[in-house]
Amino acid sequence: MTNPAALDVVELKKTYANGVEALKGISLRVEPGDFFALLGPNGAGKSTLIGILSSLVNATSGDARVFGVSVRARRSAAMRLIGLVPQELNFNPFEKPFDICVNQAGFYGIPRAVAAERAEKYLKQLVLWDKAFEPSRTMSGGMKRRLMIARAMMSEPKLLILDEPTAGVDIEIRRSMWKFVSSINAAGTTVILTTHYLEEAEQLCRNIAIIDHGRIIENTSMRRLLSKLDVETLVLDLERPSPTLPDVPGVRLVRVDELTVEAEMSREHDLNSLFASLSAHGVMVRSMRNKANRLEELFVRLVETGKAAGKEAA
Amino acid sequence: MSAGPNLVAFATITRREVVRILRIWMQTLLPSAITMTLYFVIFGRLVGSRIGDIVPGIGYIDYIVPGLIMMAVITNSYGNISSSFFGAKFQRYVEEMLVSPMPPWVILAGYVAGAVMRGLLVAAIVLAISLFFTRIHLFHPWVTLSTVLLTAVVFSLAGFVNAVYARKFDDIALVPTFVLAPLTYLGGVFYSVDQLGTPWREISHANPILYMVNAFRYGLLGISDVGMGVAYAVMLAFAVALGAIALVLLERGIGLRS
Repeated sequence: MTNPAALDVVELKKTYANGVEALKGISLRVEPGDFFALLGPNGAGKSTLIGILSSLVNATSGDARVFGVSVRARRSAAMRLIGLVPQELNFNPFEKPFDICVNQAGFYGIPRAVAAERAEKYLKQLVLWDKAFEPSRTMSGGMKRRLMIARAMMSEPKLLILDEPTAGVDIEIRRSMWKFVSSINAAGTTVILTTHYLEEAEQLCRNIAIIDHGRIIENTSMRRLLSKLDVETLVLDLERPSPTLPDVPGVRLVRVDELTVEAEMSREHDLNSLFASLSAHGVMVRSMRNKANRLEELFVRLVETGKAAGKEAA
Repeated sequence: MSAGPNLVAFATITRREVVRILRIWMQTLLPSAITMTLYFVIFGRLVGSRIGDIVPGIGYIDYIVPGLIMMAVITNSYGNISSSFFGAKFQRYVEEMLVSPMPPWVILAGYVAGAVMRGLLVAAIVLAISLFFTRIHLFHPWVTLSTVLLTAVVFSLAGFVNAVYARKFDDIALVPTFVLAPLTYLGGVFYSVDQLGTPWREISHANPILYMVNAFRYGLLGISDVGMGVAYAVMLAFAVALGAIALVLLERGIGLRS
């Protein structure tokens, strides 16, 4: 007998009352223990999908099963398995973080004594314990985001859904949040992440789905997706201005300013020949970096392809 | 979900509501105390002393005490749930409950219990204040207790339905101002409907608050303008009907789920 998927979405459709078709029959599978990225441009249908998974949005047709439990047929049992960190802040700003966490556990039927222990554990792990008994409205934006993670962990869910949890959070806090979520994932919790910081998704997630206009346009492993990136652009910072640039076979060199050159080249092209040609022409490179995050390049390309296909179809 | 987790969830909502009521006691408990003290002073002492006994042995101030207590119970139980649940909706923390495994009836029961607690707390406060002005004789304790409980439940449920449909804060202020206040004042709080002529007496009998006020008055003073059987039937019918409506709204996620 095979283990059920952590999430199995089957032909899920959602049409809102105003006629907007947010999901056009998507299917998706997330394996237990995965760290899964769900990406897509604004309005692609990510939040609708998460809304259906967390039962805040009613699906028009299709179903989603969490560890084999249908969200439509057995809502309560399915919700017991899910922890949600929503995009928008949605706690009572007049309540204290400790009470918010303990109450959330109470909604899941967890006795108060157990809830109090868990609240202390997660608020400490997310470095919020010193604010635990102050009104939550006095906390900073980053603290509020971490509080929502602590709250979602109160039921110790098997599937944790993070909907843009680091939006507007500074880099240091983002790193501490990812350290925590990675440790939760390492301990066995399946994590689904939506984010606009694509370098986060690239670093953290093993598998990925890209959703656009209510359809899954890519669903594969992160490694396989990144291997599709056949061209990359390197930014070369020059030691001194160079009046001419050499012709390097297979490489397109574009001058950005007198000390910066971009080299667009196939991933198969070796860097040695590029640097040999540059050296031969007296062009000295001081430093080099990728122009864009690799996943970002792919993401933009896939979404642009989708748009072009849409225009053609129209 | 077995009975255990449901009970924990119910207790959590109720506790959260009671904590909220006590935390903002100047908004939830104090106003009724001040308003009712003024009613007792003005209508009870100053005006009442000129009116004399309504029935032999029962002065005007004694007569209005049950109605004033019920008035406080009605406005507070309704106001508590409508403002609290709408506030949760408005600030989106209602989602904390909607994404949990709690069935809708537990959410409803928790909020109603919190609102009933506020109704009972305010009733106790107004009753205590009334003791400074008159003596209370408890004629029928069970009628008194069951009436105040049923009334609080009915208006909690009504407040919940209002909160589910409300889209802005104005929507939860309309019903208390334009429906509850007139019905309460015309529900026999300050007078006996038997004093009214036709057709106003008959029209008054269409007002459900009349039955609640009179049942409570019967419990405290032993006098009533309506039969107890009819009064209980009206209260139970409203409780069942409003409870069913509130549950259907929650089950379907009207105003709560997309």
